[in-house]
Amino acid sequence: MKKTAQSGQTASSDRKFRRTASVDREAGLGAIARITRMAFAYPVRAGLALLATVAAVLMQLSIPVILGRAVDQTQAVAAAKAAPETLYPIALLLFLASVARGLFTLVQNYTAESVGHALARDIRNAVYGKIQSLPFSFHDRTHSGDLITVGMLDLEGVRMYFSTALVRTVLLGLLIGLGATLLLSTDVTLGLLALSFVPFAGWRSTVMRLALRRTWLILQERLGVLSQVMEENLAGIRVVRAFASSDFEMDKFDVASKSALELSHQRIETRVKNTSAMTLAFFISMGLVLYVGGRQVTSGEITLGTLATFLTFMTILQMPVRQLGMMVNGYARASTCGARLFALIDHETEIDTAPGAPDLKITKGTLKLDHVSFAYDGDTDRPAVSDISFEAHKGETVGIVGPPGSGKTTLMHLIPRFYDPTQGSISIDGQDIREVTLSSVRRAVAVVQQDSFLFTTSIENNIAYANPFTETREIRGVAESAQLHDYILGLPGKYGTIVGERGVSLSGGQRQRLSIARTLMMKPAVLIFDDSTAAIDAGTENRIRTALKDYAKDCVTLIVAHRLASLMHADRILFLEDGKIIEQGSHEDLLKLGGRYHALHALQMRPNTEIAAESLAGKVDQP
Amino acid sequence: MSQSKQGEPLDPHEDDRPRMRAVVGSDRIEEEIFGRVFDGKVTQRIWQFVRPYRRNVIISVASVVTFTLSQLTIPLLIRYAIDTGMAPDAPSSILLGIVALFGVIIGINYIASRVQELVTGKMAEDVLFDMRRAMFSHLQRVSLSFMDKTEVGRLMSRLQGDVNSMQEFLETSVLAIGDLLLLFGIVAVMLWLDWQLALMVLTVIPILFGVRILWLSRARAAFMAAHEANSITNGALAEAIHGVRAVQAMDRARLNGELYGQLVDNTYKAQLRASKLSQIMIPIVDTLTGSAMAVVALAGGLMVVSGRIEVGVMVAFLFYIQRFFDPIRSLTMQYSVMQRAMASGHRLTEVLDVEVDVRDAEDATPLGDDDDGSVEFRNVTFGYNPEHPVLKDVSFRVKSGETVALVGPTGSGKSSSMALIHRFYDVQEGAVLVGGRDVRDVTQKSLGRHIAMVLQEPYLFTGTVRENIRYATDWADDAAVVEAAIAVGAHDFIEALPQGYDTMLAERGSNLSLGQRQLLSFARALVTDAKILIMDEATANIDSYTEMQIQKALQRLLEGRTGLVIAHRLATIRNADRILVLQQGQIIEQGDHDSLIDHGGLYAQLYQLNYASFDDIPEALTDKDRSLAT
Repeated sequence: MKKTAQSGQTASSDRKFRRTASVDREAGLGAIARITRMAFAYPVRAGLALLATVAAVLMQLSIPVILGRAVDQTQAVAAAKAAPETLYPIALLLFLASVARGLFTLVQNYTAESVGHALARDIRNAVYGKIQSLPFSFHDRTHSGDLITVGMLDLEGVRMYFSTALVRTVLLGLLIGLGATLLLSTDVTLGLLALSFVPFAGWRSTVMRLALRRTWLILQERLGVLSQVMEENLAGIRVVRAFASSDFEMDKFDVASKSALELSHQRIETRVKNTSAMTLAFFISMGLVLYVGGRQVTSGEITLGTLATFLTFMTILQMPVRQLGMMVNGYARASTCGARLFALIDHETEIDTAPGAPDLKITKGTLKLDHVSFAYDGDTDRPAVSDISFEAHKGETVGIVGPPGSGKTTLMHLIPRFYDPTQGSISIDGQDIREVTLSSVRRAVAVVQQDSFLFTTSIENNIAYANPFTETREIRGVAESAQLHDYILGLPGKYGTIVGERGVSLSGGQRQRLSIARTLMMKPAVLIFDDSTAAIDAGTENRIRTALKDYAKDCVTLIVAHRLASLMHADRILFLEDGKIIEQGSHEDLLKLGGRYHALHALQMRPNTEIAAESLAGKVDQP
Repeated sequence: MSQSKQGEPLDPHEDDRPRMRAVVGSDRIEEEIFGRVFDGKVTQRIWQFVRPYRRNVIISVASVVTFTLSQLTIPLLIRYAIDTGMAPDAPSSILLGIVALFGVIIGINYIASRVQELVTGKMAEDVLFDMRRAMFSHLQRVSLSFMDKTEVGRLMSRLQGDVNSMQEFLETSVLAIGDLLLLFGIVAVMLWLDWQLALMVLTVIPILFGVRILWLSRARAAFMAAHEANSITNGALAEAIHGVRAVQAMDRARLNGELYGQLVDNTYKAQLRASKLSQIMIPIVDTLTGSAMAVVALAGGLMVVSGRIEVGVMVAFLFYIQRFFDPIRSLTMQYSVMQRAMASGHRLTEVLDVEVDVRDAEDATPLGDDDDGSVEFRNVTFGYNPEHPVLKDVSFRVKSGETVALVGPTGSGKSSSMALIHRFYDVQEGAVLVGGRDVRDVTQKSLGRHIAMVLQEPYLFTGTVRENIRYATDWADDAAVVEAAIAVGAHDFIEALPQGYDTMLAERGSNLSLGQRQLLSFARALVTDAKILIMDEATANIDSYTEMQIQKALQRLLEGRTGLVIAHRLATIRNADRILVLQQGQIIEQGDHDSLIDHGGLYAQLYQLNYASFDDIPEALTDKDRSLAT
């Protein structure tokens, strides 16, 4: 029964990738095993780390023994039972053991960390590659913040695994194991007393770390809410001022802030309670060793040196035992972080080049859609696009218009294979786009998106994004065609001006023009404008259209627009409604037809609410 | 490259610099991380926030001192236990007594460490939250022009990163006191136990300090390099995630993968270097402690032999030596924390010191229900920079209940006029009157209630649809919210959402269309039932279907209240009672549609061009009228 529950979980996690999704035990253990394997793919470093750990522990353990020896020998010399020269080799040994301990620890830590860094390097590349190849549908249902936390925070969890969990396990195991053997073989009672704090401190430390981790995750969430409150307030400061709602906003802030602060306090309490209890336990053991050992020294059962050995060993053991929780936490983190990372890395790439597929060859430049249907996420009851067929040849322009939600953008996203149609096929020059390389399709079909993402780099780099090794004059050429060149020359850094999230902010129209320029750079066989001139004023749009005539000769142009002026000139216009073509023909044909297109035209040419409301009656209230 | 140089004399950049066009990740501008170790002004500012917790500061300092002293005592007790308690002829009661004293000391140690950590930790958190609150609340009052020119991201890093380093600073300051005390304590106790042996052993302390300080600057450079390389790589990852559609659309995935691989390699190398540097200190410290221990074993041993010291003293020395390095390490680390805190503190001070230009006058009274919805500008002159006024001697009056459309090219002063009505800024000359009263004589809060505002870009908050409509109008009940939604025609689509009015809006309403968001922002304005409505009409071309809904909603919104609309659409403009045409900060024409057409000025020309939006004004036309207007 348990088995089925788990397989059910994995099946659902295939569909949706969530960082916050819980990680089941099996996946967690699998992740640990896989990280360990990946670490040992660097056998020299990993092996060296483990060997150095062993050596460092041995040196660490030898120091209390030598110290004890030094005390005993000193007493022997004082009692004239030995020559003073016998102190020299002990002092030397002490020095050498200490130096060796330092060197081995250096090797241990450095190699262990370098294994972690190497692992991180491999995983980073894998994650990046995967994210870039996963299709739009994956990114539609995945929150970008989730991917960022997986790629950054979860990566850290995995990176730290080798040094904080695996190597530390060996270190602690040896230190406690060998140390206990040493102490117990010297004196059972005293040994037990000296080690008595170990289980308690180890337990408290583990409990504390896990509790802190739990509250940390909650605290992260609450701080997330707080920062959202602040960020939204600052970004929307005009709304806040407009509604004179700073009191209201301060209340929101206080609620979020207080809940985070309470948890922060709680975390401090948890930490302090446990750490001070561990210290107390350690000191109590020490007091007991001091008393019982002292009695034994007086009675001559053990030497003073032995007591000193016990006491120093305890001080040496204290730190690593207190960090036991970190080790446990290291495993816990690695298992959840690793499971999520691997879930991402192993995610199936639904849209990919078929094995052995050739590149798309453009000959005549004909685009053909054959009974194409598409439904999002397999929602076949409500197809977004249904049964669309049309053909367009090089040099032709096709306009696509229709009410919101009629499937215009969806249809445009099928042509460059952002999504695959659920039925029917799309071909360019007779080659089904699913049977050629994805890369060649993307180069052949270029889309100017509605909302274009600009990269935070120079304008020049943005324009040349698809073709970074192009010549400078090409960049200027497309910028001129997109009516952007003059504007760019007016900027302080000209073509080198940084734009994007952290650069000069461009207006909606300027962004769209930049987006047009960088798409022209691709010299595609199919050029798609997906409502990408909405923010450009009519005059500029006109100039762009004139400039684009040269490009349009060599490709199929598809234009989606709300403003009819943007597509009236098209050779053919398709009117879409509910995913179907309901009217098609030239502008004049469609006006003559007197249908939906005609009504829309009337509305736009005579912006008078009453008249338009009548002619479009019925369509208005549809979302 | 050479090819393009020949035929293209007017190349946008003629220099021969080779350019790396293929990049991933952004060009980042890093902020200064370390400041001066001490900055009096900053410290003073921090102290203001610590002041309310004076008592806690005293408690935590007192407990850190107690804690340190108890720690210092422990090796001493071991010494006495050995030298007197375990002496061959000592009665067992002495050892018992010493161990009992040991018990008392560790009890004190336990309590002191608990008190200290609790009090300090909580206080530091409290101060952090107080600072953040003070800053956030200050940002609610500073002038909008400051907010406009400051990136949100930058402010957020003040509110998060910088306050955090202040917290770290407070915590370590208290610990630094303990560490200093511990270091001096160890030195003092050693000297007291035996000054000759102490001097021999203590020679390692200056060496340790010296090595540590030499190391610190190198290590810090390496850590910073690793940190920077790492954040550049992470930045590139974030870019890949946010821009994934653009990357795929332009087929850059493969090239980006290679470029990213280089960044990852750089990070890897920088991290290895940092890791090497952070570990190199371990053998050095171990060598120095090893030699100190050897000195005690040898010289101390010989002293015991000669009877100069007792063997317990030697053991105590060995214990103290093992504690040497801890305070030195923390103190040098705290030095970095201090520097970082000062840099952060400096930035915090900058934000806290931004002046609040617009405040309630001392004798300000609230605008009430009795005040009408009239708006008047009396000879208003205003500029964000007083030397470049954007409004010049503007006067007009809007009667209560009247709808006025403001029309004019970009930069003509439309938005500034609207902002002045709400007193986002104060005028330089003249006066703005609302309900017949100067806006400077009424409280800002009451002014906010008197005026509802719809901004050009609908802005929604994370929360349910209901919460977004109600927003700060806490006196509106659920029925009022629904009523407002029905009035603007948003009710139907809200009901169609999965949880109706309780549907959570994802990332600022990205699960709604632009038109729907606009309708919600209308409902939000309507629910306040203010007497005056100010609206900046959206310029973006939305589809004609949504456009019509919005027009209807707008008419409903303007019913029975004074309306001032920055209008871009002909439909909106024609429905207004009166049209004000602004150009270059002056009103050049006013009247209703017909009279303006008859007048044959700028408005008539615009209208005849039949542009759907009045922002599409051709440059030639505005140039001509610019000369007319001035």
